[in-house]
Amino acid sequence: MGGHNTGSPYAPHSPEETAAMLDAVGADREADLFDIPESVRFDGEFNIPARDERTVRREVRELLDRNDQLVEFLGRGHYDHYVPSAVDHLADRQEFLTSYTQYQPEIAQGFLQALFEYQSMLVELTGLDVANCSLYDAATALGETATLAARVRESSGSHVLVPEHLQAGKRGVLENYASGVDLTVDTYPMDDGAADVGALEDAMAEDVVLVYAESPTVRGVIEESLAKIGALADGHDALFCLGSDPVALSILQEPAAVGADVVIGDAATLGLPAAYGMGLGMFATRESFLRQVPGRLVGASEDASGRRAYTLTLQTREQHIRRERATSNICTNQAWVALRAAIHAAWLGPGGLVDLAADCVSRAGTLAAEVDEIAGIQAPVHDRHHFREFVASTDQPAEAIAADLREEGFAVHAVDDHLLQVCVTETTAEATDDLVDTLEVVA
Amino acid sequence: MSYDQARWSEDDQYEPLLSEKCNREVDVDAPLPDDLTRDSLELPAPSEPELARHYTRLSQMNYGVESGPFPLGSCTMKYNPKFTEDLAALPSASVHPDRHPETVQGTLALMGRLSAYLAEIGGMDAVTLQPPAGAAGEYTGVLIARAYHEHNGEDRPEIVVPDSAHGTNFASAALAGFDVVELPSGEDGRVDPEALDAALSEDTAALMLTNPNTLGLFERDIEQIAEMVHEAGGLLYYDGANLNALLGRARPGDMGFDIMHYNVHKTFATPHGGGGPGAGPVGVVEELEPFLPTPQVREADGGSGQEGEPGGTCELHEPEHSIGKVHGFQGNWLVLVKAMAYIARLGDEGLTDASAKAVLNANYLAEEIDYEIPFGPFHHEFVASAGDQDAAAVAKRMLDYGVHPPTTKWPEIVDEALMTEPTEVENRRTLDQLAAAFDAVAAEDEETLDAAPQRTTARYIDQVTAAREPRLSWQALGEEGEE
Ligand SMILES: Cc1ncc(COP(=O)(O)O)c(C=O)c1O
Repeated sequence: MGGHNTGSPYAPHSPEETAAMLDAVGADREADLFDIPESVRFDGEFNIPARDERTVRREVRELLDRNDQLVEFLGRGHYDHYVPSAVDHLADRQEFLTSYTQYQPEIAQGFLQALFEYQSMLVELTGLDVANCSLYDAATALGETATLAARVRESSGSHVLVPEHLQAGKRGVLENYASGVDLTVDTYPMDDGAADVGALEDAMAEDVVLVYAESPTVRGVIEESLAKIGALADGHDALFCLGSDPVALSILQEPAAVGADVVIGDAATLGLPAAYGMGLGMFATRESFLRQVPGRLVGASEDASGRRAYTLTLQTREQHIRRERATSNICTNQAWVALRAAIHAAWLGPGGLVDLAADCVSRAGTLAAEVDEIAGIQAPVHDRHHFREFVASTDQPAEAIAADLREEGFAVHAVDDHLLQVCVTETTAEATDDLVDTLEVVA
Repeated sequence: MSYDQARWSEDDQYEPLLSEKCNREVDVDAPLPDDLTRDSLELPAPSEPELARHYTRLSQMNYGVESGPFPLGSCTMKYNPKFTEDLAALPSASVHPDRHPETVQGTLALMGRLSAYLAEIGGMDAVTLQPPAGAAGEYTGVLIARAYHEHNGEDRPEIVVPDSAHGTNFASAALAGFDVVELPSGEDGRVDPEALDAALSEDTAALMLTNPNTLGLFERDIEQIAEMVHEAGGLLYYDGANLNALLGRARPGDMGFDIMHYNVHKTFATPHGGGGPGAGPVGVVEELEPFLPTPQVREADGGSGQEGEPGGTCELHEPEHSIGKVHGFQGNWLVLVKAMAYIARLGDEGLTDASAKAVLNANYLAEEIDYEIPFGPFHHEFVASAGDQDAAAVAKRMLDYGVHPPTTKWPEIVDEALMTEPTEVENRRTLDQLAAAFDAVAAEDEETLDAAPQRTTARYIDQVTAAREPRLSWQALGEEGEE
């Protein structure tokens, strides 16, 4: 590559240039610029051979080709929807991809506006007043909600209530965040896949600061008691946090209308492929908690020419100003994924979103009915409305069926000894007949 | 060098909001009972051509690393190689996180290989890739420290953080429930062993340190510092934000650090994405390996799992005393793919050269500018003082010269700080242009600075009003009846 020496292909210095620059700073060798005591200098090797671009591409491709090609009927908190080409091409523009946090808003209006639009889309979808411009993922968003609940609690409360059925990663992250603010995480039981409201009421004591519920749940059940849960939380001065995602929220009742104080979830159901679990933490809340919001917020202001302009705002909540009293430790966030989600949402438009969400309901229902026809399987286990996915009970051990399906090119969840979970979206819809045929053989 | 940024405008705004162009309200018709659904949904409905033009215009009103120099101190705004994007976009890279480990051997092997690379580079024994950013890595690290001390039956409620540290260090320690003890910097901008001695006690869980620190200075007493912290029963944590200064020259593990995070969106050139996503893998010494988050990749034959050798079978396991989860799944996987490819591309030689050139560039640029630099010798970055000028105003004016300004007003131990990190990717010509921009602004009067910027899309933006009357969505614009 033009003129440069051996070394980093992205450091453009020719040997002559290096020599001249060393001369300018009065050093003989690059090594002289390092003020590192002899005793801690590293003179070994990493044993990482440099490779040319073509070789690295081949190596990584070959490595990833070791992944089996399976049709993934997988969900449980992470979903794959078709991402239109426009998302990649527009989000990959270097001005977006290679920029950083908008500390200089005058030169970063484009990204700020895109994030402002993303926040606005979440405001529409949740019915809440404010949305931030991203947290890492749904699990950390839930964790942040627990710390928010601890900050705003009116009682000496010390408990968080979560549903018995919860994605393990969400539960795990929540446990960690809760422990830092001396909160204990307890579960409330489910009744036929949805919240057992009576049992939840019994579990609601004075010391509960946060109740978490999901719709759809990790098992794909659309929760029908959200308003009751919201009222229960309200009656006990606890916050009500609802977990969902932007696709589901396109048709489900607005969270604000059922009393949600905070909405969290994975907004990367739009904008990203499965990506091995990489996500986008959605976070929306009421105006009253504005100054407790974790993460960055983009606001509208005016510039010196009198035009509307955007800027990061309410930064006194953040770690770079408030340090150990900040609302969160987050700095680098998921802004580019938020951009992708916004482009995807705009590409679909409200009509496309509603259709996509409606398909999530009908596809799950249709596939469950087909699976139910198979001898040895009953589906859905829960007599509820479903979104994208459902649980089926199996006469044979679920693990064995899942293993047989893998052999035939399908991935499903085995969630219990005799419970399978199957998720279907437009990216797998064409393979459902094959899945059913195969299940008939292996179940 | 000067610059005119694209400026699309209509009336009293720049590019109109999508909602102003093409909002549409649709009735919600879904195969569900009415009481479970919303009545309608109102969102933008652009055609694809309109959508493409909207985001293209927005991109033109944004500045990236390929637009021009981006010496934003502490952020290591390197050029992001193109080919790594192609690898992250491979369909085979995008599997569901709940796949059975036997069916994602490629993903696991890549994780194993990246972990092994990072362990080598940092001088660590084991690595988790789960933390999704640097701050999340810090949080993971302090959780590991907490779990380790608890495991040993010790109650150590404090974490010591130098006053020059990044805000996330304080916030991450607090998030894990620690009390933060602030360590005042010594006269020379480094850790003062006496002050450290006063800060350490049987309550100390860890000291968090960046090395070179945020002034670009190497903590020369690092071995003594490590000894003092260990003597007090604490652990030493390395904030990897500044690792780009040390590649191939020194390793945190060799200096006595027990835990470190790597900031792959800095050191390993993964794009910053307008704020993220990044990734913040954490390395630990052997004794702390059992505390790493779950799951960890290892070789199925019981090997360390860090080799990730082709042909071997990988599996996932839960470390014995794991702190549990810090991300719902496995972190920012696509970012990790890019980091792995970057490290493989550069190898030993390239990584070492990257640091050498980053340090050379910082030193060269410092030599060429008029602003005073109170502390040295520095490495990959320096902190100049704007002196009588307001550093924030200096930054605004620099925008007009077609360069992104440094980080300003931090660390606070330098008055009117201009924290400058050119990285290795700039050549001498660009550094000279950058220096010319600094010097032009240094010679300008307050009036000129206050009128800046002139050449960016937006002129000076009033941040005070934005915070006083927050309008955080297009819905809020409507409510005010102002638009
Ligand atoms: C010195 C230092 N430490 C920690 C961080 C936090 O890293 P991240 O933004 O990846 O969370 C930063 C990043 O800006 C930093 O500059």
